[in-house]
Amino acid sequence: MSNRVIICEASEIITNGLHEIIQGMAGFDVVMRLDSPENLSEKLLVSDANILIINPLLLGFNCQSMVSQWVKENPQLVRIALVTVYTDESALKGFDGIIGINDSKLKIINKLNQIAQNTDKNEKPDDVELSKREIDVLVAVAKGLMNKEIADQMNISIHTVISHRKNITRKTGIKSVSGLTVYALLNNLIDENEVYK
Amino acid sequence: MSKLPLFSEKSKLYEMIADNPKLLQLLPRFGIQLGFGDRSVAEVCQQDKVSTRLFLAVCSLHFDPETPVRIDTPNDIDLTSLLSYLSASHHAYLDERFPHIEEHLSRIIKAAGPKYGNMLDHFYNEYKREMVKHFKYEEEVVFPYITALRKGEKTDYSIDQFRHNHSNIEDALEDMTNILIKYLPGNILPSERVCIATDIIELSADLSSHSLIEEHILIPFVESLENAKP
Repeated sequence: MSNRVIICEASEIITNGLHEIIQGMAGFDVVMRLDSPENLSEKLLVSDANILIINPLLLGFNCQSMVSQWVKENPQLVRIALVTVYTDESALKGFDGIIGINDSKLKIINKLNQIAQNTDKNEKPDDVELSKREIDVLVAVAKGLMNKEIADQMNISIHTVISHRKNITRKTGIKSVSGLTVYALLNNLIDENEVYK
Repeated sequence: MSKLPLFSEKSKLYEMIADNPKLLQLLPRFGIQLGFGDRSVAEVCQQDKVSTRLFLAVCSLHFDPETPVRIDTPNDIDLTSLLSYLSASHHAYLDERFPHIEEHLSRIIKAAGPKYGNMLDHFYNEYKREMVKHFKYEEEVVFPYITALRKGEKTDYSIDQFRHNHSNIEDALEDMTNILIKYLPGNILPSERVCIATDIIELSADLSSHSLIEEHILIPFVESLENAKP
């Protein structure tokens, strides 16, 4: 499967350069270019991207919390920091890899290939348990709540609900609402009386 | 590289079936009688008044969904054969496949006790209701529309609406297989569950060919009829 990349960087010169390098790589596609992280969560969902290359400067002080939010919403997303000025390593903790502004073309290609491969192997086997948040969403779905209602009730955005639901389906292999209800009942997450009235 | 056609009208029907036993289940749906001896596909089809090219198109779609055979200018016998094939398939699902599955399911439900039993029962019935509704829609709306179209009558319907209505109902079956194999506690009638899961997987494959036939043969047929009559 090809890797779908989003580049988020304010400088057009840098974005163009990186875009050209990536476009020349087999199995990589730049699906979106952004000059600011505005509505990024939503754009990640819509574009179905699996690699995000972002300049941490754009995130400012929110860097850590934003990155951990993406991890929650989209555990499969590979996050790469595009570092243009000296940045303390502690600020880059949440990233899977770093591309520096002075990296050669070859180095960038090697890094991307390596990062894409590593995350491909790691993510699947140990990623089958539902998280606490996913269980909450699953229970709400099983009770017959709509996405909007779940979002309101849990105080999260609809997009977050949708991404939880995607992950639930990926992990359980079950797609339909009634199938998820059965799953929830079998695992004693809800009571029969709450569903079939 | 171009592919050789999987089946030809000169093939002996029996040899075709011996190579691909799954085709056997299609014969009654086409109204093809057993006891055809060593006759060729074309001869058998002619005898039972089935369109040979439609029969071959359906057979090859069952085996190679990727490369559907196109029939560009469908004639009357193609359409008659197709509609009766689709109707007969609906009956085969309702009268044969579903009862088979239900027989296994009722034993599993009994053994699973009321808590798990009720929800399995509920899940299956909800799925079946959807399927029945879907078949009924085709028989009562789509097929009569096609018959009217052939007679040159005017109607408000168009096959485009069917395309949109042609919702994906395969998910529920896949869910059911998942539940029976992965999630129902292991001590509840394991061999019965293997039987039912096998049945469901077969039904799933059958239904997915069925919707491919509708997509690749039925819809283009009707579109060519719609375009022929401005």
